[in-house]
Amino acid sequence: MTTDIAWIELALTAARPQALGALLRYFRDLDTAEEAFQEACLRAIRTWPDKGPPRDPAAWLIFVGRNSGIDAVRKRSKNDPLPEEEVLSDLSDAETDIADRLDNSNYRDDILRLMFICCHPDLPNTQQIALALRIVSGLSVPQIARAFLVSEAAMEQRITRAKARVAKAGVPFETPGAQERAERLGIVSSMIYLIFNEGYSSGITNPDNAAFCEEAIRLARLLLRIFPAEPEIMGLAALMLLQHSRAKARFDKDGQIILLEDQDRSLWNRALINEALALLDKAIRHRRPGPYQVQAAISALHARAATSKETDWREIDMLYGLLERIQPSPVVTLNRAVAVSKLEGPEKALELIAPLAEKLDGYFYFHGVRGGLLMQGGRNRQAREAFDRAIALANSPAECAHIRQQIDKLGAVASPVE
Amino acid sequence: MLYAILCYAHEETVFAWSKEEEDAVMAKLYAVQEPMARAGKLGPTGRLMPTTAATTVRKGKDEPLVLDGPFAETKEVLLGFYTVDVETLEEAVAFSKELSKVNPGSTSYEIRPFYVFHPGEIKT
Repeated sequence: MTTDIAWIELALTAARPQALGALLRYFRDLDTAEEAFQEACLRAIRTWPDKGPPRDPAAWLIFVGRNSGIDAVRKRSKNDPLPEEEVLSDLSDAETDIADRLDNSNYRDDILRLMFICCHPDLPNTQQIALALRIVSGLSVPQIARAFLVSEAAMEQRITRAKARVAKAGVPFETPGAQERAERLGIVSSMIYLIFNEGYSSGITNPDNAAFCEEAIRLARLLLRIFPAEPEIMGLAALMLLQHSRAKARFDKDGQIILLEDQDRSLWNRALINEALALLDKAIRHRRPGPYQVQAAISALHARAATSKETDWREIDMLYGLLERIQPSPVVTLNRAVAVSKLEGPEKALELIAPLAEKLDGYFYFHGVRGGLLMQGGRNRQAREAFDRAIALANSPAECAHIRQQIDKLGAVASPVE
Repeated sequence: MLYAILCYAHEETVFAWSKEEEDAVMAKLYAVQEPMARAGKLGPTGRLMPTTAATTVRKGKDEPLVLDGPFAETKEVLLGFYTVDVETLEEAVAFSKELSKVNPGSTSYEIRPFYVFHPGEIKT
């Protein structure tokens, strides 16, 4: 039997968090664990194509990695030979049993620990993302460097420094208590959403970066498989699936931003939307609302509307109100203002965001939204000022171009008020 | 004889397929199904979402329990099914072998004869 090499790579990537997490627990040292995992992968690539993949790739990699890892440690003193590959592959069933017994009870915390060490509070967000993509996802340094638009050497250095920081802090190996596990889950969820947003916000301008969205969804599904009854992880997965479902509709062929209400909804990915709606239904049954669930619920209302005219703005306004209560933030209020403008007109929305001016003065979206509302209200001169401010704060050429389009619209309509 | 052909695979790998890989695999699988469909031997087929989207209802003490996740936590999970109406087991095996050959993943196909079969009324 021959096995597709591309499939083997997928299987190795899929098994990585569990296998590396178990090896980390075993060796208590990230570098040794990574070396051992790497060695196990090389053997997999050599043996799987002929012998066929094992039924449990992660268990195989843990078993082989642990042996080769031990061997690498021993080699430094004794130079022991590695076991024969034939022996290993023929032992397929036995090794699965052993690895299962040793690791199944722990693998959930292994995976969580591996993700959690990437979220060290001393590491800035971008370093957390880079470290998680390197360690948990197994992306190569050049791949990560391309996404962040830095040189490979710079990214290598960044990751090495981040790893040193993590090692210095000490990896928490004891089995976490319920409270601590819940805290870790929360922190890891934020990290996964950071990865998603890194991809989402750069959009079409950098395809390497856009792949982060899929990686974040993969990690969320993984987290949900090991913590199947956590409604906020369901919410997080649903939120990312919904946002990612619009990937094909968010930009025109020139890379210009297309607003949600102007998007061609036939380009939305229905399979992702349906999965998100299924997850959200499951989450709501728990009656433990949280920020991810509420944001996903808002996003789902857009997904459920066949046309932008049919959007249930009243429900969206209500959900933003709920979000303001459970996670107060001026950005949430800003988003709510859009719903309010649809329900009660631009002036009401402008009233709502007026108190945010100071806090959000350095925020691109604030001036973009404000400009849009002023334009709707026919206050073109003020709209122009807001749009100029937004352009100065734009994070990407696409954002800049989008605001310029708005300014063009202003020019086309004579201002009735000023 | 009516058979269900149940497809088991590692979901982490199947759901990590890129759009291109996915389309290529599906095209090959459809090509295998096509002659069966033309011969009127293919019934309802389906692909399942990841097990993370699953909910399981189990017998409880008073009320049945509703649990998140799939019924069994296994390495390979049920990800899809075909229904076929064929003369012999050999024909079902041959069809499954064809599916297996064009599928690059490690999918296993379980061939289970139906005890009772209702095609149902669902229109999609």
